Amino acid sequence: MTEERVLEMRGIRKEFPGVIANDDVSFDVRRGEVHALLGENGAGKSTLMNILYGLYRPDAGEILLHGKPVSFNSARDAIHAGVGMVHQHFMLIPVMTVAENIVLGMEPPGILLDERGAEQRVRELSEQYGLIVEPRALVSEITVGQEQRVEILKALYRGAEILILDEPTAVLTPQEAHELFGILRSLKADGKSIVFITHKLNEVLEIADRITVLRRGKSVETVPAAGATEASLARAMVGREVLLRVEKAPATPGDVVLSIGDLHVRDDRGIAKVRGVTFDVRAGEIVGIAGVDGNGQTELIEAITGLRKSESGTIEVDGRSVHDATAREMLDVGVGHIPEDRQRRGLVLEFSIAENIALHDYAKPPVAKWGWLFPQRLIERASRLIKEFDIRGGGPLTRAGGLSGGNQQKVVVAREIARDPKVLIAAQPTRGLDVGAIEYLHGRIVSERDKGRAVVLVSLELEEILSLSDRILVIYEGEIVGEHTGDVSEQAIGLEMLGGREHEAA
Amino acid sequence: MSLVDPNDSLSGGPEEPEATGSFVTSLALKQRAGGVAVPLVTVVVAFLMSGIVVLATGHNPLLAYRDIFNGAGLNWIFHPTTNIANTAAYNLSQTLLQTTTLILCGLAVAFAFRSGMFNIGGQGQYFVGLFVANWVGSDLAGMSRLPHVLLAIGAAILAGAIWAGIAGFLKATVGAHEVISTIMLNWVAYWIGSWLFGDGGPLQNSADKTLPISNDVANSAKLPVFWGDPQLQGLHVGFFVAIAALVVFYLVLNRTTAGYEVRAVGFNAEAAAYGGINVKKNLIRAMAISGAFAGLAGGLDMLGYLFHFGQSDIPVSSVGFLGIAVALLGRNTAIGTGLAALLFGALLFGTTHGLSSNVIQPELAGNLTYIIQGLVVLFIGADVLILYVWNARRFLRPKHRHAEVAA
Repeated sequence: MTEERVLEMRGIRKEFPGVIANDDVSFDVRRGEVHALLGENGAGKSTLMNILYGLYRPDAGEILLHGKPVSFNSARDAIHAGVGMVHQHFMLIPVMTVAENIVLGMEPPGILLDERGAEQRVRELSEQYGLIVEPRALVSEITVGQEQRVEILKALYRGAEILILDEPTAVLTPQEAHELFGILRSLKADGKSIVFITHKLNEVLEIADRITVLRRGKSVETVPAAGATEASLARAMVGREVLLRVEKAPATPGDVVLSIGDLHVRDDRGIAKVRGVTFDVRAGEIVGIAGVDGNGQTELIEAITGLRKSESGTIEVDGRSVHDATAREMLDVGVGHIPEDRQRRGLVLEFSIAENIALHDYAKPPVAKWGWLFPQRLIERASRLIKEFDIRGGGPLTRAGGLSGGNQQKVVVAREIARDPKVLIAAQPTRGLDVGAIEYLHGRIVSERDKGRAVVLVSLELEEILSLSDRILVIYEGEIVGEHTGDVSEQAIGLEMLGGREHEAA
Repeated sequence: MSLVDPNDSLSGGPEEPEATGSFVTSLALKQRAGGVAVPLVTVVVAFLMSGIVVLATGHNPLLAYRDIFNGAGLNWIFHPTTNIANTAAYNLSQTLLQTTTLILCGLAVAFAFRSGMFNIGGQGQYFVGLFVANWVGSDLAGMSRLPHVLLAIGAAILAGAIWAGIAGFLKATVGAHEVISTIMLNWVAYWIGSWLFGDGGPLQNSADKTLPISNDVANSAKLPVFWGDPQLQGLHVGFFVAIAALVVFYLVLNRTTAGYEVRAVGFNAEAAAYGGINVKKNLIRAMAISGAFAGLAGGLDMLGYLFHFGQSDIPVSSVGFLGIAVALLGRNTAIGTGLAALLFGALLFGTTHGLSSNVIQPELAGNLTYIIQGLVVLFIGADVLILYVWNARRFLRPKHRHAEVAA
């Protein structure tokens, strides 16, 4: 690795009305390095990169590319200068092929698109860096992980020397993330520079060469990854010591509260996603369900919460059979549900915090009577819960969509726990949250367990499953393929998650 | 395009989600200001552009607007009198008569919007309310007044609710898009009316079989007129019903559990389902309530001042469509809809009578309302664009280009 600085940002300042997003931020990127920008949500990482990519103009500070000052007025300028960005939300056209998407906007001159030529060039690029994706496939038919590869290829096709990746692993399964890191290494070996935006500590240590930590719009430190630890990075990010390990006493399980028997569920397309799942959850224990995304976790939860009809099998809550219940009925028998997608399902973003907290019981006393709503009571209750759950960024009348991800999740958690459910189903409760919020939510889940709730935890993060669960079930292709209590290695579970049992048999 | 604006509810404005801190708060403030600014800017620009059209015909737009203002009776506020012999008072009573209908047709569109649906079927729902009110009002002569009026109005409301409810039902059960189905239902209502009043139709004039016009509603079904001469299209009590409907609209949406459900489904149907709300039931109910407003408009018009309807009246009626512009301009709120209805009511009446050809070309006058209506729909539909241009000013100012880097 050479020490050549390809990019330098000096004293960048960006102010939005009422908030300083970046304040005297400086950092530099060398040729052939992966430089991680680490920080909590709202620390100013994305703002900084949007400035670099020409989407925002800085109020102060300068950007130097290869030692020369530059000023980008648009993404087009940035692309011309060799800066490419892969956003968190992909910007591809689903009805077009992979190759068409990649050359879009940069088509070779001529009236008709030279499809063969485009495919050929895409193929060459993808082979060069191990970005395997079929150029002729329609974008609507490829996986999210492949879409990301298309975005990276698009940037490379446009001649990017510096590649910005905004939270690239947020949408990936652990396997896909692993493959992505392999791709990044080959890009690096070819002399490309990569800016990797994330708030995940383990990823940073795995892939980055150097790390710049941002906190509240300021650059706190830039350190080499070698020598940094999760604890030291967390401290820099949050500004205080963070409890990375969950502290919990051994569980004291009580009676069976949730009992699932030979459950079968199909997805919207009629494909059998849950195939004969049986398990019990007792009061006062956390049962973790580990598995790679798409192995039936979503459908399993939807069936338990009444959001999806199951095909056959039994669901019992507190000894009562509740098969074929509606979402309303499942709520009424005491199932609380922290959904995996808080923005799509867990919250009505346009509603206030107070209204969101009432999402399940807006029609029941004391907040309503005979169809009449009492807004003042909604507000009073919300004020109480905001205090109790330490929800920051607004009051009862603040729009939920205006809160940070962590605080949005706290609204969901506050609502679900305040209902005093017997069973609490937490699906990916910390997805996309920063360390501070994760610390809080993990503590909360454990304390709810200690209060005697039966907790089902579904997570794609194996680490989360391992640190929180009292008992672990591994789901693979809609079946429970393993059950563990006590100490079990990450490798053993990881193998089962990939269907390892079958491999062993073979 | 943000067609749904919850400014008068417990919620905030409809800005982009996913961001943090006070940046979002300030953005929300801007958007909320946009909640008033966009309709105002829209109206001003629409009037400016229409003014250019007036100018192009060789007239002074300021004089034209002054005469329309006076023609709508809005000059009444300078010397208020309830004496209907006064020209301004009479004109105002006629403007308010139009406003009554437009408020209800606007609410029909606004309520569906708040539940995430676009009800283009206000015209059809208005028609069925009109037809049913005529039928009940003329066929059941001999009833005493209050029950007759209530029965006819109730039937009109029900007819409108069912008409729109069909579209809601189709959406909930087979997923038929409400825009398509309400447009189709407009045509069904249109041709049903043509048949009802046409030659040999069940509601055709019983005295003169050559006229494709209905019977008049019986006196017992006519609404009391409180301002003006009942024989000369005085302002009937339906005006107060429309004002009350604005209040009902606000209260139902913001103070009832049904309104909570409507808004939740409108903003995020998936979250609503997760909250235990029956989304399909809500789609049907929201459309039915929407249609009830339009049906009520038809009923009030029939019993208030039309009294009869003919085959030839059907193609020229467009208040139901005007309701779309009213709702859009009013940002689907109660107060906004009331004000927008007054604006369009004034335009409707102010441009159609008493304008001197020295001031505005007569052919243009009657169409000015529709020009403005079209521009309003266009601009409101582009509110994102207007806000964008508004916000872009700030970014444009500090424009100092450095030399671009050589790639």
